[in-house]
Amino acid sequence: MGYIFTRRTLMALAASTTLIGAAPALAEDWSPQKPVEMVIMAGQGGGADRLARLFQSIIQQENLSKMPILPVNKGGGSGAEALRYLKDKGGDNHTIMATLNSYYTTPLRTDIGVNIEDFTPIARMALDTFVLWVNADSDIQTLDDYVAAVKESGGTWKMGGTGTGQEDSLVTAMLEKEFDIKVTYVPFKGGGDVAKNLVGGHIDSSVNNPSEALGFYQAGKLRPIAALTPERIEVFPDTPTMTELGHGLVYWMQRSFVAPKDMDPAAVAYYTDMFEKLAASEEWQTYTTEKALMADFLTGEALQAYFLEERDKHADLLGSMGEGS
Amino acid sequence: MELLGHLADGFGTSLMPLNLLIVFLGVTAGLFIGAMPGLGSVNGVAIVLPLTFIVPPSSAIILLAAIYYGAMYGGAISSILLGIPGASTAVATTFDGRPMAQQGKAGLALITAAVASFVGGTISVLLFTLFATPLADVALAFGPAEEFALVLLAFMTFVGLGGDDVLKTIIMICLGLALSTVGLDLISGQPRLIFFDLPGFYSGISFLVLAIGVYGIGEILYTIETQKTAPSVTPARLTFRELGYGIKEINKLWKTMSLGSALGFFVGMLPAAGATPAALMSYGIAKLTTKTPERFGKGAIEGVAAPETANNAASTGSLLPMLTLGIPGSPTTALLLGGMVMWGLVPGPMLFIEQPDFVWGLISSLYTANLAAVLVNLALIPLFVWALRMPFTVLCALVFVLCLVGGFAPSQKLHDVWLIVAFGVGGYILRKADYPMAPLVLALVLGPLMEKSFRQTLISEQGNVLAFVERPLSGTFIALSAAFLLLPLIKHLKRLTGRVPSAAK
Amino acid sequence: MVTADRIIALGLMALSAYFMWHASALPIGWNGMTGGPGGGAFPFWLSAIIFVTAGLIILRSFRRPKDTGEPFFDQDTLRSVVLVVLALIVTVALLPFVGAYIAIPLFLLWYLKVFGGHGWGLTAIITLATPVFLFFFFEVTLKILLPKGWTEPFFIPLYARFF
Repeated sequence: MGYIFTRRTLMALAASTTLIGAAPALAEDWSPQKPVEMVIMAGQGGGADRLARLFQSIIQQENLSKMPILPVNKGGGSGAEALRYLKDKGGDNHTIMATLNSYYTTPLRTDIGVNIEDFTPIARMALDTFVLWVNADSDIQTLDDYVAAVKESGGTWKMGGTGTGQEDSLVTAMLEKEFDIKVTYVPFKGGGDVAKNLVGGHIDSSVNNPSEALGFYQAGKLRPIAALTPERIEVFPDTPTMTELGHGLVYWMQRSFVAPKDMDPAAVAYYTDMFEKLAASEEWQTYTTEKALMADFLTGEALQAYFLEERDKHADLLGSMGEGS
Repeated sequence: MELLGHLADGFGTSLMPLNLLIVFLGVTAGLFIGAMPGLGSVNGVAIVLPLTFIVPPSSAIILLAAIYYGAMYGGAISSILLGIPGASTAVATTFDGRPMAQQGKAGLALITAAVASFVGGTISVLLFTLFATPLADVALAFGPAEEFALVLLAFMTFVGLGGDDVLKTIIMICLGLALSTVGLDLISGQPRLIFFDLPGFYSGISFLVLAIGVYGIGEILYTIETQKTAPSVTPARLTFRELGYGIKEINKLWKTMSLGSALGFFVGMLPAAGATPAALMSYGIAKLTTKTPERFGKGAIEGVAAPETANNAASTGSLLPMLTLGIPGSPTTALLLGGMVMWGLVPGPMLFIEQPDFVWGLISSLYTANLAAVLVNLALIPLFVWALRMPFTVLCALVFVLCLVGGFAPSQKLHDVWLIVAFGVGGYILRKADYPMAPLVLALVLGPLMEKSFRQTLISEQGNVLAFVERPLSGTFIALSAAFLLLPLIKHLKRLTGRVPSAAK
Repeated sequence: MVTADRIIALGLMALSAYFMWHASALPIGWNGMTGGPGGGAFPFWLSAIIFVTAGLIILRSFRRPKDTGEPFFDQDTLRSVVLVVLALIVTVALLPFVGAYIAIPLFLLWYLKVFGGHGWGLTAIITLATPVFLFFFFEVTLKILLPKGWTEPFFIPLYARFF
């Protein structure tokens, strides 16, 4: 490369013209020549957005990329907008996308002309967990209490969650099927909204991610009933898992990065390396333990295989939900 | 007084020279970002957020608060000078701010906006300091039914007061609401109204796109056409005499401003409501309580002060649910929340107990940011006013460029830029035929919230429509909305019946 | 004026009919099972109200025809408006190909020199200063990339310098 890289961040806020530390000597053949666009499959302020911006700031802080990573939200249509956008970016080496489960559910639910097999997998950073919550003022202490209470309500039990067809509604459908119960599903805009409505008593239960409900849990406002994980979650040592209770219910929210079709293999290697360093960073490690995320790093072919397997699983799930209400 | 001790500690931090410098820089940057059509506090905060890991968290939060406040002040600038609301919170400011600028009173309008913002900010920060913890419970009592009732109330305060052609107002409201349903239906999770199968419509039609289109492009086209030769914007002057006069005028606005501040704070505090309904309701109430409502919309100084106090107060109020409950009331607070999470702070009820340094440091930096914002703003007003004296064609050209670039910036989609041009032309034609624009824009902002909360309530209540009136809080709001709708109607009917004999001939 | 009023109302009726057609893809009725209206109900019935109200406007215009005889468009200035709109359309159409840093100066050049009739000095200053301002304000400070199109390669050294 014929240009001299001077690290000058001309911020209007001169307060922080100090990006100290030379870039780690990256001996790869390829490095980004312009700022890298990080498409986020969700709107501003949600859990996926927060996590993507956390990655961005760790990358910037640790100097993991030569060019800035610029987050762009394209959350329209449960990520349909982002998927279509990525499809049009084929061969682009400066675009990556932060995904969640809608990466496979959205193309399954509506025909948007996107086949996720075409995209280039980069790295899976983490798996987020799901926990069944009730308000701490309720009498429900165990899963059996819960099932009994829902059955008694005769279908008026209000389960809050994110939009219909998204993860929370899938988990709810799984619960309904497993325990032979019927709930009224009330969709909200985001997980934080759901947690707040649960605390305020406007809904009766939720399946929030731990990170969304943690603040309320610590304040004694919410009570975890059971975790949808194979093993107990570190921050809730007293909460049994569904598996323990004899119900094989496990559901994850994956947090991965993908790139457009036909990205230069050297560029793929660059980003994979970047995320590997990110996964090893101290900030990320602290964050995952605190927020009960499972840091489970996966790349390349293995990741693609995982995506396809998950897609099949979700196809079954969606099919059994009997969509179109 | 434990509280005062905490606050004193907080001020100890925020008044350090480095932090003072940060406040002024942040406020100035925020002011310019906010003054750009299309950009607002979200953009400012989003850019600075990753940088804040380099400075200590206490300085970082000061920088963020400064940008937040600066942008809130800045939003009024483009509303007044260009008639383009830079954010939905500033729509109500255009109603009277723009006419004032056209009458050559841009300076006075800007001063009013700055002072009103300052008053709103200060009163709300005081309320925040005193009642932060107990008020968290009020926010929790707000479920979907209450949200719906509140948005309805905000809408009615405005609709009931409109003096335009009734049929055309109804059309514009319905059009705005219909446009707000474009995109994804949250409840059923299905896409709807995806015109021509363009992927750009999946994310719906953003307020900014419509506002920049009809107020930016549409307005200039209208001006180009109606003013054959030279522009008629009276050149604005700003003298010390005028400043003195302005201060005297503003001094008469205490009632409007204190009402607006309290209202703004409480409405802003409610999750999902935020500053836009607050500004609207404040404007509506100012018009309702004044003795001279006919001046509103024609450059009434109260019409600038009322929404500006309320939206600034609301921006402070919206920090309350974020800190106490971890619920962001606006996209900007959502980003701030993200920042806090990254610093390892857990927002929620425990924050006040576990991290008093942070909380009170933030509150005291709100005070300093507010003060800095009003000073910087007042100092820069001559510059802004001077910008209005540019030749009309130069100003137009630059505003067009700002509209195109500002429309592209938030979502980075060319689709939005096309929509802006389309809305500009459509808005221009409708405006010529006397269709009011404000109901259209506001309906687009409030529509999604109204539909969502309406349907959520019905789902939770198994389709029982009476749920809205049975719950005490929402019932009260609905009753108030009905009053707001009927009051002007009765007035109107009275006037009409009084006039009928003469008009019949 | 009355004719224009009727044409606009007709246009709105057509638009609302189009909306209704789109909205009816989703359930528009009151769904007893899930409680409350279906996904298409809001857009459909709102559009229906537009349709009826616009119809009323047309009826009203027949009932009390008080045509002032004033033309809806002022012929002299309509030309300017059409020109400006065309220029805007051309500019936006150019954006994805030649990028913001060519399309916008071209627009400014046309607007200031040809349309506004300003001197070369002023035109040159504004035409050249605006892209520089845009680059530093949007790209360098706010980290918002503007479309570059074919001019992308020319920006790589600038990125290397400023990011």
